[in-house]
Amino acid sequence: MTATGDRPAVPFWRRGRLGRVWNIAAVPVASVFLALAVAALIILGSSIITTGSVDWGLPFVAYSALLQGALGSPTGIFNTILQATPLVLGGLAVGIGFKAGLFNIGGYGQFLLGATAAAGVGAALATAPAPIGMIAALAAGMLAGAAWGWIPGALKAWSGAHEVVTTIMLNSIASSLIGFLILGPLLAPGFSFGRTGDLGNSALPIILGGNIHLGVLFAVAAVPAVWWLLYRSTLGFEIRSVGANPSAARYAGMRPAFLIMLTMSLSGLLFGIAGATEILGVSHFMIPSYGTSIGFDAIAVALLGRSHPFGIAAAALLFGALRAGAGLMQVLASIPVEIVDVIQAVILLFLAADIVVRRLFRIRAAGGIADLKTVTSSYGGRAG
Amino acid sequence: MAESASVLEMRGITKRYPGVLANDAIDLDLRKGEIHALLGENGAGKSTLMNILYGLAVPDEGSILIDGQPVDILGPHDAIDRGISMVHQHFMLVPVLTVAENILLGEETMANPIFIDRNEARRRIVALGRQFGFEIDPDAKIENLSVGWQQRVEILKALYRKARILVLDEPTAVLTPQETEEIFAVLRRLAAEGHSIIFISHKLYEVLEIADRITVIRRGRVVGQRVPSETNEDDLAELMVGRNVQLTVDRGESHPGDVILSVKGLRAKDNRGREVVSGIDLEIRAGETLGIAGVAGNGQAELVEALTGLRKPTDGTVTMGGVDVTGWRPRQLYESGLAHVPGDRHRWAMIMSFPLEDNLVLTSYYKPPFARGTVRQDDAIEARATDLIDRYDIRTPSAMVAADTLSGGNQQKAVVAREFSRDPTLLVLDQPTRGLDVGSVEFIHRRAIEMRDAGVAILLVSAELDEILELSDRIAVMYRGELVATLDGRGANKEEVGLLMATGGRDPEARTVAS
Repeated sequence: MTATGDRPAVPFWRRGRLGRVWNIAAVPVASVFLALAVAALIILGSSIITTGSVDWGLPFVAYSALLQGALGSPTGIFNTILQATPLVLGGLAVGIGFKAGLFNIGGYGQFLLGATAAAGVGAALATAPAPIGMIAALAAGMLAGAAWGWIPGALKAWSGAHEVVTTIMLNSIASSLIGFLILGPLLAPGFSFGRTGDLGNSALPIILGGNIHLGVLFAVAAVPAVWWLLYRSTLGFEIRSVGANPSAARYAGMRPAFLIMLTMSLSGLLFGIAGATEILGVSHFMIPSYGTSIGFDAIAVALLGRSHPFGIAAAALLFGALRAGAGLMQVLASIPVEIVDVIQAVILLFLAADIVVRRLFRIRAAGGIADLKTVTSSYGGRAG
Repeated sequence: MAESASVLEMRGITKRYPGVLANDAIDLDLRKGEIHALLGENGAGKSTLMNILYGLAVPDEGSILIDGQPVDILGPHDAIDRGISMVHQHFMLVPVLTVAENILLGEETMANPIFIDRNEARRRIVALGRQFGFEIDPDAKIENLSVGWQQRVEILKALYRKARILVLDEPTAVLTPQETEEIFAVLRRLAAEGHSIIFISHKLYEVLEIADRITVIRRGRVVGQRVPSETNEDDLAELMVGRNVQLTVDRGESHPGDVILSVKGLRAKDNRGREVVSGIDLEIRAGETLGIAGVAGNGQAELVEALTGLRKPTDGTVTMGGVDVTGWRPRQLYESGLAHVPGDRHRWAMIMSFPLEDNLVLTSYYKPPFARGTVRQDDAIEARATDLIDRYDIRTPSAMVAADTLSGGNQQKAVVAREFSRDPTLLVLDQPTRGLDVGSVEFIHRRAIEMRDAGVAILLVSAELDEILELSDRIAVMYRGELVATLDGRGANKEEVGLLMATGGRDPEARTVAS
């Protein structure tokens, strides 16, 4: 090896505090750009099918329309924020699970239960003086989500049943359960279809523009709150310890079984708030066939944000912007909105295959993405 | 071996990591057919130097010459191409594959890109083994081989790739004395056939036995070179540690006080449900050390777990300071004065991905001053870390680095620092110095004796008989889940305890009354 004293200086973004952020964020950021490039290729390919020749400009038209739709106007920005709100809450829910070594794919069910509970309580208290119904409905949503999250937590703590299996089953149970509730005890009379009653005073007030409701602030507040919990409180230290090494956590005097139940409940609670705010702030009533992909989108957000609350906020805003801008892209470039799902999926592929991204961008290894270990870790194993 | 040319020269190798100078202008030369020992404490820079040689790290300064020609080694592939091979401390073998498959791994595309000529490979492997004096079955699965044989597979793997320079990183750390002798025979044969070997170790007597030359590294610098015939253990220890080391620590009389730990009829099962602790009775008083000797796997690990709250006893009672604590959880026991240095560092004692400072408060993070209510007090945690790093000489670039970036010896020092500093009344030490160099062993032994003299009751479990004899005021021998004998620590001799460990004292003459 020859003398290498004249080695190039380390660039500023790899030094100090910024360097630490770079280490964590490099692969996710690179994955986003790679996914946009892959989607551009797909758009080019689609132009052959629709016009018979390659329209080289089409990806630029599509992406600029996407950008304009998401951020080009106050309405666009409001839509981005509105789309991002449940993603932030859901992303935090999945992220906090990852920190404890738990893979909560029951977000769908926890969200639906939270939404239904909020809709039911909100409608029942529709005529109560202003904040009472709202607060009660939110509390009901949180409790319902937390309870639905607690079940798989307790099953894992007591019997070792893997949360991936139990949360999938609980998703199916949840969608049947809300059907029973909405068509049964919560059914509002006088409509031609099954739905819950009007919210009246229980609806979340609009605080900005035509559609930014108070629930957006909950998502904004949840980010630093979860960060504080995870990194500044002893409880967060325990949650992270159980995720990183359950045996050492037990040796340290922590109680893994309790922490697993608590973390799953917290995760469910965050999904419950997401469901409650969507109902109380956006759709204002609940139907049995309420469709949402929040459970899976939130996993993508948490992985892209590397389970760090601030990363999750950034990832949720990105996905929110993609969804908010997709409509305008479809109008101006005739690219179907589903391309956004493609981008999201390709991002996940690159995150999972991070060695490819590192090679392409010459990012030095700083260990793989720990959360993926949780996602891919084997089944079974009794907690505690 | 006549004076022969250097096959490898490393000149002025310097490597800086943030906060540490890992290698400071190191020179090393390796002759053909030589066994060259690299001796140094944990964290002295041996591994960094070898990682540079193997292309896993890039030096900041310095050059490497092979057969007199300067070379750039950009990665392990480069190193292998140049005939350098490394046998890691933790074997890089796939347990479910056979010997031949493991040896072919990574090599399979070289000759024929599509089909692997297994028969030819098998023939070569068997022939290579015979050449160096052992019969190996190329179709045996790795998981069915003993550790000693697995190591031979690693060496064969290197030879199969036509290695001329072999680096062995603490090859004997995982071997029994018998296996060590066998592997030494293989190494001597390799050297006689013209291979050159770099042998990394911190075990002095081994180095004296096997090496042709010894280079000693301390804190990233070469501090001396010796030939075994002109040196001895004390000289090497002093060179390595930088001060006079007492290989055995003196201890005064013990002054036992009140009974701290009292165990009656304790039984416990292992993870497979077999009873491996079968009715243990013991007592430890304040200010005395009870050593439990025994061949590994006679229930010591489960006994320790049952005493420290990590395993529920199936029967019996444990009393601490007069209070029945049977079945208490770890935190309740810690609050009553227990401190525990576990034998399995990776499993129990540390969270490797967490910063060192978090690991240094792992058993007290919830208490003032490290927490106020439920709020972590980062300043207090950092201050404690700085203090312990200083007092226990933990070599680390900072308190913020992840624990797994520290060498094993420094990790162990961190665990010992954390537990010793908790003012315990009962200290349970399970293999407290496994894998440590002489300087660290001496340090930890001194601290343990200080603790005893300060009135702490100590339960010591160790597979190192020397350690048991050195620290224990009383020695109990554990055999198949029972304490078969208790001896006075001062009167005991190695042969007597060794025999009890091996046979359980079925010879009635060797048996004394168990307390």
